[in-house]
Amino acid sequence: MECVFGLVGNGFAIVVADTSAVHSILVHKSNEDKIMVLDSHKLIAASGEPGDRVQFTEYIQKNVALYQFRNGIPLTTAAAANFTRGELATALRKNPYFVNVLLAGYDKETGPSLYYIDYIATMHKVDKGAFGYGSYFSLSMMDRHYHSGMSVEEAIDLVDKCIMEIRSRLVVAPPNFVIKIVDKDGARQYAWRESVKDAPVPSA
Amino acid sequence: MSRRYDSRTTIFSPEGRLYQVEYAMEAIGNAGSAIGILSKDGVVLVGEKKVTSKLLQTSSSTEKMYKIDDHVACAVAGIMSDANILINTARVQAQRYTYAYQEPMPVEQLVQSLCDTKQGYTQFGGLRPFGVSFLFAGWEKNFGFQLYMSDPSGNYGGWKAGAIGANNQAAQSILKQDYKDDITREEAVQLALKVLSKTMDSTSLTSEKIELAEVFLSPSGKVKYEVCSPEALNKLLVKFGVTQPATDTA
Repeated sequence: MECVFGLVGNGFAIVVADTSAVHSILVHKSNEDKIMVLDSHKLIAASGEPGDRVQFTEYIQKNVALYQFRNGIPLTTAAAANFTRGELATALRKNPYFVNVLLAGYDKETGPSLYYIDYIATMHKVDKGAFGYGSYFSLSMMDRHYHSGMSVEEAIDLVDKCIMEIRSRLVVAPPNFVIKIVDKDGARQYAWRESVKDAPVPSA
Repeated sequence: MSRRYDSRTTIFSPEGRLYQVEYAMEAIGNAGSAIGILSKDGVVLVGEKKVTSKLLQTSSSTEKMYKIDDHVACAVAGIMSDANILINTARVQAQRYTYAYQEPMPVEQLVQSLCDTKQGYTQFGGLRPFGVSFLFAGWEKNFGFQLYMSDPSGNYGGWKAGAIGANNQAAQSILKQDYKDDITREEAVQLALKVLSKTMDSTSLTSEKIELAEVFLSPSGKVKYEVCSPEALNKLLVKFGVTQPATDTA
């Protein structure tokens, strides 16, 4: 039921993830941030087994940071993606991580890029990608409306179309989404799309 | 007095020295010299061949120069059998990096990784250090052309020009005088051959006694490592007028 999708635009990459933390029939919280900032210019949006998701993305994040401390230069997005894929591949036949990942980054020399890495260590460099049941809807929407070199406004419009489609067509659709963007100025949160806010706590 | 502290590599002497490491460097001081020079458009490595015999099959292999990866090569001075182990280690480390990151290993990281291995032999295990010094030459997109020198202690440094092996101090001082920051690759070749001719103690300089290799970028932007053929090397020696050794050494 977790929805994660992303696309590459003109000098930027956007990733979107739903924000519900679900356990069986219970929604623990509806503002869980599933898009981690890997370093100054990389984002990793993850979906899958909740414990694995946090464990794996934090592991990747710390290794990316360690590389930068040791060597004085950051990893390129491609190198980080290949490293991530390698870790999933190594663990696969012993103790697999059930985590699907969309890794978005911006490199000065090569611009924005998006990598689709699934839990059995498949990796593809893509312009648009999605995981989960929501992908049936978001991929179709992106296939229809995506073109290369979209502006931020056009991309956000497409993202909103995808979110609308997921909300209306997926039976147990997550109500809230977070959108994050990475471009030459770095990786940062762009916006939330909330249709259900937590009830305010009555004050004494 | 120092004899008490020689037998184990992994202990300090009372003066704070590691004798085995120093003895390893002594061994290298008797080996054939190698010189490396960094230029704007490439790195030049030259080496003095100690094993010269008409019977030696020289067609395919080199004695002093080795390719570590597509973008890194090295010149060695010291015990050749030790060098082979380390060269293989360096090759594996480079491939291991590319296996994980799908990118060529940055040159300094490769040198650092190999030096970490060498350092291990000065601190634990009870094994003697490697009797080899290296000159690493390479290119990568972060820092362009680079030249590194490393020794048995596991120390390394980035250099504009360096010499290892026999007479390396004499070679280093000539390099200090004659090196210019904006030297071109061709000028670097000339300087390297000139310095080698001054520090080698042999009667004449021919392509049988030296090796020359260059790391540079092809017009398409790919890194190339080329060992000079004996014919081309002879022509260069004649062109630069170094076929006869210099009468004085600096």
